[in-house]
Amino acid sequence: MTTDADVRAEIIDTVRRFVAREVIPHASELEHQDRFPTAMVEQMRELGLFGVTIPEEYGGLGLDLLTYIGVIEELAYGWMSLTGVVNTHTMAATLIIHHGTEAQRQRWLPIMASGERRGALSLSEPDAGTDTRNISCRAQRDGDEYVINGTKAWVTNGETAGIVALAARSEEGISAFIVEKEPGPQFEGISVAKREGKLGYKGVETVQMAYTDHHIPAGNLIGEAGRGLPQILSVLELGRINIAARAVGVTRAAFDAGLAYAQQRTTMGKPIAEHQAIQLKLADMATRLEASRLLTRNAAERKMAGLRCDVEAGMAKLFASETALEVSMDAMRIHGGVGYTTDLPVERYYRDAPLMVIGEGTNEIQRIVIARGLLARALEQGTAS
Amino acid sequence: MNVVVCVKQIPDPVAPGALDPGTNTLNRSGKLIMDDSDNYGVEMALQLAGGEGDEVTLVSMAPGGETSGLRTGLAMGAAKAILISDEALAGSDALGTAKVLAAAIARANPDLIVMATESTDGYTGTLPVQVAELMGLPSVTFAKAISIEGSTIKVERQTEAGFDEVVCPMPAVVTVTAGVVEPRYPSFKGIMAAKSKPVENLTVADLGLDASQVGSAGSGQEITDVSESEARGSGEIVVDEGDGAQRVVAFLEQLKVI
Ligand SMILES: Cc1cc2nc3c(=O)[nH]c(=O)nc-3n(C[C@H](O)[C@H](O)[C@H](O)COP(=O)(O)OP(=O)(O)OC[C@H]3O[C@@H](n4cnc5c(N)ncnc54)[C@H](O)[C@@H]3O)c2cc1C
Repeated sequence: MTTDADVRAEIIDTVRRFVAREVIPHASELEHQDRFPTAMVEQMRELGLFGVTIPEEYGGLGLDLLTYIGVIEELAYGWMSLTGVVNTHTMAATLIIHHGTEAQRQRWLPIMASGERRGALSLSEPDAGTDTRNISCRAQRDGDEYVINGTKAWVTNGETAGIVALAARSEEGISAFIVEKEPGPQFEGISVAKREGKLGYKGVETVQMAYTDHHIPAGNLIGEAGRGLPQILSVLELGRINIAARAVGVTRAAFDAGLAYAQQRTTMGKPIAEHQAIQLKLADMATRLEASRLLTRNAAERKMAGLRCDVEAGMAKLFASETALEVSMDAMRIHGGVGYTTDLPVERYYRDAPLMVIGEGTNEIQRIVIARGLLARALEQGTAS
Repeated sequence: MNVVVCVKQIPDPVAPGALDPGTNTLNRSGKLIMDDSDNYGVEMALQLAGGEGDEVTLVSMAPGGETSGLRTGLAMGAAKAILISDEALAGSDALGTAKVLAAAIARANPDLIVMATESTDGYTGTLPVQVAELMGLPSVTFAKAISIEGSTIKVERQTEAGFDEVVCPMPAVVTVTAGVVEPRYPSFKGIMAAKSKPVENLTVADLGLDASQVGSAGSGQEITDVSESEARGSGEIVVDEGDGAQRVVAFLEQLKVI
């Protein structure tokens, strides 16, 4: 279903205004202190940001993916970490939408849509990042419960979330579960073992979570036991489009900063924007920004149309994240010395960008996904010789 | 209680504005948005008319059937809107606009009319009191707080020295200053709902006005010339050589602020 174009534009515009007034003036300070943006997240909740893609029948807004990526781009333009609060939440909700039973949807989606409970997605482990098949966290069936034991790594929102979509190994293989918990460092058998210190992506917590004999109802199994990996990986396609949209937002912020500074700063009697060396940079930055945006949009449109988009989502994620890295560096170069200081947000863009190269499937893996997808399509079309 | 808020739809201030060389008036042909100063009026009205059966109606006069700015106010929570759009209105001066707004507001039969002190694109600051005069209503300007007490309103009216407390019977026209309230952002749900809220489209004839009274035909004012405003000079940079504080004090004294 497609969102009315006026409604989409008005929503994205509202987020842009929210970001300009409430986020940009405070983001760097919170980020430097690595403080969770409690007030901003509360305002995001009031706007309806946690229910954007959840269907209306479950208390969400049922807006389309183009609206969602527009919102994500605007948030990332102000502070990339805010998108992290929304993204894993949306992926956990999407997992429930696609693979949960009707009763499970009724139970969890409304409280997620309102933002009363925020979600995390917990797939990775210390020894299972790219190598997801290596997951060792166990879910042992015990009557009408599962008992969870093991350590999960890199859980973004792990502490503040109330709902965790968890991948753990049951008798049948890797399965997906919903773990309900109270936000905080400790809940029953779950404890936050470590808060990762990070280069960027600060404010939002990324934690190691240890499960010790933690009991959950058997009814919290999502979909078929043993099918957890393909279920979660199918949601990661959305995740990649998310990451691409975040990267577009960061790239745009870096480009805008570079463009503005190039017109203000004068050397040798003229604005540096009139030096050809700077113009070449601006032209390349803008061109790559535009390409990132179009690739991201294309992947989203294919997904909305129900077309296969593994290759397109991978391309968007790969290109947009590499672009964010390059353009944030170029923006810093344009700024010269001040770009390297913590007085301006350019250094933050530069520190935030690499996450998008690594998270949601590293760019090395992205290339492999793209190549495999292309080869599979070639085979299907009988173009293999 | 019925509250009407007058909402001006203006060219996006982020985009560079341009004057129409023929009429010397602001070019309003592109997409228009709700004037930021009306955010406060809409928010104030929504807070005052938040009870059961209360209703906020937006009234706007704009070219080209423009509703984008009205949709923002509807998304914030107003129930409906009245839009007056008519080619005959082009070139209206403040009084002409006041006649149109007064006639449209009267249709909504409000208990209270809230307007911004002045708009941000092109303004005279006289429109609200003209509307009040034409409607035969009392007006209170520069409100920094409004409360309702039975059939009267109590207004804290901002003055240079502090504020006056004004009590006034309703219906009345009140103008609010920026910062009176913290305007809400329209929620996504509100934005979706705004799409199907009623906007009544009216012409000059619908209001029972004669086209000769409004627009450039009825305008008692003519813009004969425009000139560039003076460019802002660059500031003076003072290097602190131990006497920084004294120099700041001297500067402030020169400005007569201390
Ligand atoms: C800040 C942050 C937040 C995160 N948030 C979450 C979260 O919320 N939920 C979650 O589940 N995960 C999360 N992750 C984990 C993230 O998805 C993984 O870090 C990522 O998938 C890489 O896994 P790894 O760290 O184990 O690296 P490894 O898999 O050890 O990879 C190391 C290197 O080897 C390369 N490599 C690995 N295998 C191959 C191969 N087969 N072929 C070619 N190259 C290969 C990789 O590309 C990389 O360059 C987060 C990570 C970070 C840094």
